[in-house]
Amino acid sequence: MSWEVVIGLEIHTQLATKSKIFSGASTAYGAEPNTQACLVDLGYPGVLPVLNKEVVHMAAMFGLAVNATVAPRSVFARKNYFYPDLPKGYQISQYELPIVEHGELFITDAEGNDKRIGITRAHLEEDAGKSIHEGLDQSSGIDLNRAGTPLLEIVSEPDIRSAKEAVAYMRKIHTIVRYLGISDGNMQEGSFRCDANVSVRPKGQEAFGTRAEIKNLNSFRFVEKAINFEVERQIELIEDGGEVVQETRLYDSDKDETRSMRSKEEANDYRYFPDPDLLPVEIAADFIESVRAELPELPDAKQQRFVEEYAVKKDDAAILTISRPVADYFEEAAAATDANAQLVANWVVGELSGALNKDGLEIADSKVSAAELAGLLTRIHDNTISGKIAKQVFEAMWAGEGSADEVIEASGLKQITDSSAIEAVVDKVIEANPGQVAEYRAGKDKLIGFFVGQVMQETKGQANPGQVNQILKAKLSG
Amino acid sequence: MALHTMTMAELTAGLENGDFTSVDITRSLLDRIAAHDAKLNALITVTGDAALAAAAKADADRAAGNVGMLNGLPVIHKDIFCTRGVRTSCGSKMLDNFVSPYDATIVERMAAAGAVVLGKANMDEFAMGSSNETSFYGPVHNPWDLDCSPGGSSGGSAASVAARFAPAATATDTGGSIRQPAALTNTVGIKPTYGRVSRYGMIAFASSLDQAGTITRTAEDAARVLGVMAGFDERDSTSVDSPVPDYLGEIGESIKGLRVGVVRQHFDEGLDAACAVKVKEAIAVLESLGATTVEVDLPNIGLSVPTYYVVAPAECSSNLSRFDGVRFGHRAENAEDLFDLYCRSRGEGFGDEVKRRIMTGTYVLSAGYYDAYYLKAQQVRQLIADDFRKAFADVDVIAGPTTPSPAFKLGDKVDDPITMYLNDIYTIGANLAGLPAISVPCGFVDDLPIGLHLVGTHFAESTLLRCAHQYQQRTDWHTACPEDFV
Repeated sequence: MSWEVVIGLEIHTQLATKSKIFSGASTAYGAEPNTQACLVDLGYPGVLPVLNKEVVHMAAMFGLAVNATVAPRSVFARKNYFYPDLPKGYQISQYELPIVEHGELFITDAEGNDKRIGITRAHLEEDAGKSIHEGLDQSSGIDLNRAGTPLLEIVSEPDIRSAKEAVAYMRKIHTIVRYLGISDGNMQEGSFRCDANVSVRPKGQEAFGTRAEIKNLNSFRFVEKAINFEVERQIELIEDGGEVVQETRLYDSDKDETRSMRSKEEANDYRYFPDPDLLPVEIAADFIESVRAELPELPDAKQQRFVEEYAVKKDDAAILTISRPVADYFEEAAAATDANAQLVANWVVGELSGALNKDGLEIADSKVSAAELAGLLTRIHDNTISGKIAKQVFEAMWAGEGSADEVIEASGLKQITDSSAIEAVVDKVIEANPGQVAEYRAGKDKLIGFFVGQVMQETKGQANPGQVNQILKAKLSG
Repeated sequence: MALHTMTMAELTAGLENGDFTSVDITRSLLDRIAAHDAKLNALITVTGDAALAAAAKADADRAAGNVGMLNGLPVIHKDIFCTRGVRTSCGSKMLDNFVSPYDATIVERMAAAGAVVLGKANMDEFAMGSSNETSFYGPVHNPWDLDCSPGGSSGGSAASVAARFAPAATATDTGGSIRQPAALTNTVGIKPTYGRVSRYGMIAFASSLDQAGTITRTAEDAARVLGVMAGFDERDSTSVDSPVPDYLGEIGESIKGLRVGVVRQHFDEGLDAACAVKVKEAIAVLESLGATTVEVDLPNIGLSVPTYYVVAPAECSSNLSRFDGVRFGHRAENAEDLFDLYCRSRGEGFGDEVKRRIMTGTYVLSAGYYDAYYLKAQQVRQLIADDFRKAFADVDVIAGPTTPSPAFKLGDKVDDPITMYLNDIYTIGANLAGLPAISVPCGFVDDLPIGLHLVGTHFAESTLLRCAHQYQQRTDWHTACPEDFV
């Protein structure tokens, strides 16, 4: 039987506010345990939450960016359950009336077509603290620094049909929240993580299969691997005559498998009800319009513009718009050189990205600035150096040896464009290879490559390849 | 005139006149508490040293010309308000060991106005009760008859003021917890409009109903203290950002032309006949002061008790989840695991009434029951609020009895929660609708005091205080003092 995979993602993205969602404590990462938890975060008797207005602004930005409705009225609710890292015994979240509903975004599917993924809702909530077990004997510790950190939980429709699509969707959300500046998207620090609801059904069947929820996936790679494992597990189970049970599962990245955490029967009854300590969030239409007016250019629009304005290939435009700093780098470099924008794109996507990856750097910390890269590309454009030599120059620039011109000057890498000088080398090569000359003249055109290679070797790659070709062809046919 | 018999207004005049100092007052009242509280059990904690230090500071402030509204005046806080460095027990074993690291907003504001805190008043556990019998620290006795309950949950506050331990005490009211004990102890109790006084630092019972207020012997003193307590607090999202009127300044104005609504349903069965007579006499006094009376209808008011006993437990079941033995409060010893720690800490730390309400609240919020109970109760709550809104189109205040009967004997209703709950039948409506209400002494039935209940529209505290004050100018019920506490 052939199976169809159905996936919905719940992405938790930490909002980049300075203080917590309901208290004035700092949200900075990495502080000593329990140094960034005030009485409100600790759930002391008598304390009350006060909403940080910045989160409303951020949620509204997200809503508009995914073409969703930003609710004029949303309500905070209490999700009740006991856990040591949940100081109040309830989490303040949104339940029946979330702040964002009915959004969408587009990913590229396996066939290269645009595919719409619906966004059911996005709601605001507070994060819990964390339990610490390592280094403690016979007991557990609790760090409440993270308690009360603002989260936006983004829930997709079950529109995703493969692990690859899930990753593409998650990447898209990741790109959007960083474009908007509402999250740093740092996955190692847990600022961006997701739960995946996965089920399978026979192709053509309309009803969904029973789903399992895989909790707390904190990398794109784990999302893909966990979903693939889970899909295989479910199909195997059904084909062996078993039944998928509704449950929560955990992905173990060391063993690359998912494991049951708790079944539906063991699930909590969260007893949601509107939080009487907080007023409903009311958003005026003019506030929404002011947020709309300040929205930055979003990835899809930017990608489209790059294709139209710079005539770069769509695939490259997609990579160049993966983040605002990358796009800005590209645009700055393109503006600073007469070289073709596709050449700029090739270099940003190729050499520059490679160098950054190798050194584990963000583009903001690049050792070669956009202006410096533009300087290098200008020298390719005006034939001072060849593309191949340019790579050598780039390496030197990356190593801090100076600007493109300084490196070219210092290492004598300037391209040879003097035709008499090239002719002299060509003559020498023809003289040294009589056999090949004869073969070429007998019709073996392919040997032109051999001669070009010989000339380039003689000139240490500095001869202008176009001229070499032209002169060789003229002399060989003569 | 003995210091303990004086109202805040009289004490302020004496302080201004230099007849005595705040230290004199404080010493005198601390002595009185030491001598008499064994009979009442009105206080859980007496903060003598801190009180004397605060009194000395108040005297110095006065000498320096820095005179706050409550300068040098002694008060008692209900033990539901967090007080920095002082045990804040909320009447529960759960918090017997809890020393608050911070002050509630009202505690802070009153201290800034120069108040001197004598101690923390006994109360029903977590404010759940109408007789003060659910307190971990034992029941409070009514100064008018030591075998009787002073009412609850603010029984300690009411008994303290009635017994002349202090001219004023703070209190809280979720379903009648200020007004019912005030009525049963011959004191004035005002519950302001929901949102008028900050709830920050007041340990939550039912957040959408809880409101802080005062218990005093006169409406005039209530106006003085409420003026300090009230006002917007950015730490409480439900506090309302609107200016606080000059309650004390407006209190002398006449009530001529005031339209007083009398609720038909309030004089139906359930009300003690002698009480009904007294309340009608009180309303006649208002008429003699120039008020007119109009009969009004609150068709859904009979649903207020059942509505309350869904909404309040639901909120309390969630509010009390933080008492889990992990960070503060009672923790069971030698817990086997986390579940055991939770179960035993809560099982040992909470009393029966609190447990009953947590279980009721958990039930009404459960999947499959939410719509039938919690949601339905919220809808009925809206109907009750609408009834009041309609009634207030024709009247300025609604007058009636505060309680169905005078104080009952301690132990009488402990095993019958429903009868106990019905004691709040006239007061709960104001909480459900978020309206301000006051109880003012209006006479005695079988030598026990009862109260006249006045409900106003939102933010009409000034009208209520004025009405109560004018009534007290004409009557002298409130000057009566229980024999053992003269």
